Formats: sequence, structure tokens, C-alpha cells
Amino acid sequence: MVDRFAHQPTGSATEPANVAAPSTPPSLLEARGLCKSFGGVRAVNKVAIDVPVGQITGLIGPNGAGKTTLFNLLANSLRSDSGTVMFDGSPIQELPAHALARRGLVRTFQVARVLSRLSVLDNMLLATQRQTGETLWKVWLQPGKIASEERRERDRAWEILESVGLAAKAQDYAGALSGGQRKLLELARALMTHPKLILLDEPAAGVNPTLINQICDHIRTWNRDGMTFLIIEHNMDVIMSLCDHVWVMSEGSNLANGTPIEIQRNPRVLEAYLGD
Amino acid sequence: MEGFVVSLVIFTAIFTLFGLGLNLQWGYTGLINFGHVAFMTIGAYTTVLLSLRGVPLWLAAIIGAVAASLLGLLIGFSTLRLREDYLAIVTIGVSEMLRLVAINEEEVTRGTFGLQGFPLPLEDLNPNGFVRLLMMALLTVVIGLAYWQGFRWLRQVWKQSPTSELLSSSRVALGYILSLVLAVVGVGFLSSQLKAGEVLPPWVLGALLLAACVGIVLLFVWLGDRATKRIAGWTTGLSIVIAMIAGLVGIWAFGYSLTALYHYNDNPSKNGLMLLSVLLVALVFLGLDRLVRSPWGRVIKAIREDEEVARALGKNVFAYKLQSLMLGGFLAGLAGALYSWQLTTVYPDNFRPLVTFNAWTIVVLGGAGSNLGTLLGASIFWAYDTITRFVLRDIVPLEDARLGAFRVMIIGLILMVLMIWRPQGMLGKKEELTLGR
Repeated sequence: MVDRFAHQPTGSATEPANVAAPSTPPSLLEARGLCKSFGGVRAVNKVAIDVPVGQITGLIGPNGAGKTTLFNLLANSLRSDSGTVMFDGSPIQELPAHALARRGLVRTFQVARVLSRLSVLDNMLLATQRQTGETLWKVWLQPGKIASEERRERDRAWEILESVGLAAKAQDYAGALSGGQRKLLELARALMTHPKLILLDEPAAGVNPTLINQICDHIRTWNRDGMTFLIIEHNMDVIMSLCDHVWVMSEGSNLANGTPIEIQRNPRVLEAYLGD
Repeated sequence: MEGFVVSLVIFTAIFTLFGLGLNLQWGYTGLINFGHVAFMTIGAYTTVLLSLRGVPLWLAAIIGAVAASLLGLLIGFSTLRLREDYLAIVTIGVSEMLRLVAINEEEVTRGTFGLQGFPLPLEDLNPNGFVRLLMMALLTVVIGLAYWQGFRWLRQVWKQSPTSELLSSSRVALGYILSLVLAVVGVGFLSSQLKAGEVLPPWVLGALLLAACVGIVLLFVWLGDRATKRIAGWTTGLSIVIAMIAGLVGIWAFGYSLTALYHYNDNPSKNGLMLLSVLLVALVFLGLDRLVRSPWGRVIKAIREDEEVARALGKNVFAYKLQSLMLGGFLAGLAGALYSWQLTTVYPDNFRPLVTFNAWTIVVLGGAGSNLGTLLGASIFWAYDTITRFVLRDIVPLEDARLGAFRVMIIGLILMVLMIWRPQGMLGKKEELTLGR
């Protein structure tokens, strides 16, 4: 399993998730002063966030706090009004959205979005980066190279699908999967891009408790293999059990950040969640 | 008869090529292009105007197709960032605009007088017996390939459903189609007898004929509706039967085409054009087949499903849409060159929006996202067009103008029924429709 992420900058990869590292590892993703307005509404207001290498970082906040907007800004699905985002040492806020996956930053969606009329396997293969066969003319000019790449990637896709328990469904249309299976497919597909950082938007939303545990186990396993995560989640159990560090947003701004324990005891966080 | 079949084959080939371009854009990439004929206009006029100035024909055709794909680039850059429905509106606008330019730029296009007397491909060719045999062999190989593709589709369908079910549904479908034809011919025969006998006043005859038409339509829609509910795989059976009939008609046409090639010199420009267009279709078909199965094809299908996901997975959605639009435009441009050679005169009126909608009919009929379906759709469309053009006159006592409208009405009816019973088109996959997002 470890070699799957062999290219990773392995910081605290071998440490179990919940043991706090004595000194914080360097940031993989670092956002400063991000702003985004929709008309007169300041959805995200001077928000900063750090995602250290090899850790699972959580992002929580009440509904409407601007978490998903922040996600869209980090993934460049939306353009920020101002602010900087550094990923792996270089600024990315000016890049087009599709360029991020190639650099190793991939996102999932709040409502799992699979490509219905493609097979599960094709959903996986699509996620492969730098495919020769994705260039129009090379389809006719280099069929041999494309075929060998496809074989290699298919093996890798099978391996990942097997690890999440979707191998039996590989040839089915992705649209025929259940909601929970779609969540798993989205995770597996994100992994297929050889990412350095995966942004997960509510991986446990609308999923039954057994499957939540399963998803958490996968995230933990992959994290142990060196993968970095940033997770938005409303399910506090998930956040508390998975995350090394938690950031809290409220009404478009940073409210607090710290370890899960600190966050749980922070009166301002409680106030934001429960009202006064 | 040979000349007639040859021109039927040419039209089918041209519209297959034209439809394949649209199928790439809409069926695979999800781009709604309601102005496909614009690419054809550019291709046709560029080819003709260049060849009139002495540019070799093959070069003129290629430049025409490239110009058409550049039009795709232009449209794409201005609209692809917008939502799909805007593309539909812009494309239909562009196609009409080009037609109006062609009407009014009389210095270049000679406007409504049209362009005539331009060079045609292979018109001076005088092949000896060996070359003619070679041509016939080539045609046989290509047609054989097409039938092999059809056979593969049939085998796949057969694997998916139980044989007995398919056999019984095909039998019922055959009876259904035969009785429909008999009913139409019978009513037509009876009414023309009555008309000739002049026993009834015309308005009574007209009313009776209308009532009979409505009756037949209602009866067969009702029958079909019952069948869809009671007989498993009925629409599949219907597709199989229609495909079989199309296949038989194809063999019949193939026979005549071979004879035509044998007597090549009777009509060299048409016979040559037939061979050329059929070969071109075969080449394009094979190329597209590889393309849509490749990773490139996977990306454009992903864009059709959800472009946001494709973007998040690192695909440059805009570039892919542009490529698809341009490649589809290139094919339509090639079809335009062939179209101008087939018509031998080019008027702006040849490029009305109706041509676009014929292509849509072909693609929808055959099944979006299936290249073989486009081929079948084009064959059926032109077979229908020919049969009704010559046979309908004998069985329906209407004058020509109304007959023309009547034929289009029937196409509309067929499309409606198709959308109700088999929305995926003849060769489309049912599963693909029932999937949620």
C-alpha cells in the first residue's frame, strides 16, 4: 500500500493519526486573506487556513459559515476576490481549476457526483493524469503507448476499487450505484489522480453509520500511507476521531483553530454552534 | 434505376458523415448544436469557390473542411463558456446568418442564382476493367464491414436478453409493421379508387381520408402501447426488425451500386462520387470508433455527464469542447463538399435550417452516442424519403405540395412515438436513460 503514494513528501507518515507531532510539519496548503463576495454578501472574509503535510485537517462551522465557498476558492472552482493560496510552495490562486489536479490537489463534492453513464471503471480511469490518449491526434498516432498505459492504469484502478470494496461493480454504470457507493467511488476516484492533498466536502453526509466508519477507516489508512486531507464535516464524531487539527469558520471568517480537544472546549465555538 | 440508387447511396453517405459530426458534438460531448448546417455551408461554398479558381479538388475540399472547423473555433470561443442553451441559440443564428450572407454576397456566391458548372471529382476518370473490379471489391469490403458492425450489435443485443423473448417480440414487431404498411396502402388504394370513380364529393372523400389516417395512427399507437406494456423487449424487437429491413434494402441497393460501378462510364461523376463518399464514410467511421473508445472519448463523455467533475479531475473542459466542436465541424465541412458535388449546383437555399434538423432526426433515430446508430438512422431516413417520394404519390391522393408536408408530418409522428417508446433511439442503450445523475 505504501508505494502507492511513493512520490509523497513523507513527513509524519508513519505516525498514527491522533498522536500530535511535537513540532508542526510544513504546510502543504496555505491560504491567507481569502475574500469572496456574492453581490453584497461577504461569503468568505479574510480567511486563513493551513494544511500541514501528512495530517488530516478539519474545517467545521455552522451552516452558511462559508466552508464550501472556501473549498471552491481553494480548488479554484470559484475565483477569489483577493488573497493568496500557496500549494506545495507555489501560488495557485491564478491557475485554472483543471490545472490543480495535475499538481496534486483534488476535491470531492458535497453531494457525490459520479459520471452516471460511464462505467465505474471508466470513472476511475478518467481521473488518471497525463494520459497520452487524451490528446486528440495521439489517439491515432500512438495506439500502442495508449494501450499499455490503459493496462497499467486499469490494474491500479482495480487495486483501489478492491480496497474500497467496489471491484464487483467495476463494469456497471456509475449511475446504478447507491448513494454510499457513490461516496466511496468519489474517494477512490480522487485517489486515482495521484494527489498530494484531497479536499473532502462532507464525506459522511447522507451515509449510514456503518459506511461512515468504513469511510473513516479508508481515510485513516490512506493518511497513514502519507496522504494529506482537508475535510469539511458536520458529523463531530468523524471530525474528532479523524482530525489532527481543526479550523472553525463562522459567518465567513476564521473563528478558531486548534486540536480537536481544544476546539471542543472553546466557548466561542460552542456559542457559534448553539447560539447564545 | 442504377442512377437513382447511386444518388440514394450518395445522399445516405453524405448525411451519415454529417450526422457523425453532430453525434460527436451532441451524442458524445453534449453540445447542443442547432446550426450544424453552418459548417456544411462553409465547407460547400469554400470547396466550390476554390475549385472554380483552379485549386485542385481534393485540396479545395480539405481547405473547406478546415474552414468549417475554424468556424467551430470561432463559435466555440464566443459561446462555450456559456451554458448549453446559449450555444444552441448562437449556432442556429450563425447558420441562418451564413445563409443570408450567401444570398446577399452576390459578387462572390452569385446569390440565389447559385453556382454551377464547377469541377466534379473523378468525372474524367475512364477506368479499365481491372480498376473497375478493384473499385467493386473495395465497395464490397466497406459494405461488408458495415454489415459486420451491424451483426456485432445484434449479437450483443442477443446476449443481453433471452432468445425466446427477442424472437417472439421480433415476430410481433414484424406483424405490426407489415399490418401498418398494409393498412396504409389499403386506405390509399381505396381512396384513390374512390377519387377516380368520382362517386363522392371531394370534401367527403377528404374527410374520410383524414378520418382513416387518424384512425390508423390511433390504432397503431394504441397497439404499440399495449405491446410495450405486455411484451418484454418489444421495442428491441421492433428495432431489430427495422434494422433487418434496412439491411435488406441495403443489400438491394448494394447490388445496384455494384452494377453501377461495373458500368462506370455511364455516369462517371456520380459513380465516382458514390465510391468516394462511401470510402470516406468508412474511413471516418473507423477513425471515430477508435476516438470515442480512447481516453479522449472518455473525457468528452465525462464532460457530457458533468463538466464540473471533469474539471476537478484535471481535464481542460473548454479545450475538449472546442476540439469536439471543431472536429464535428470538420466532418460537416467534408460532407458539405460532397453535398455540393452531388447537387452540382449550390444555392443558399440548399442550406436551410431543415438540413440541420434532418441531421438531428438521423442522430435521434439511430441513438445518440452511437456511431453505428447514425449510419442506420441516415439509411432509414433516406430510405423513408425515397420510398415516400415515389410510393406515397400512388397511394395518397394529394397533390405534390401537400404530399411534401405530409411526409414531414409522418417524420414528426415517428419521432414522437420513438420518444415515448424508445427514447434512447434504435441502437441506444436503455440503461443509460434510467440512470439518475
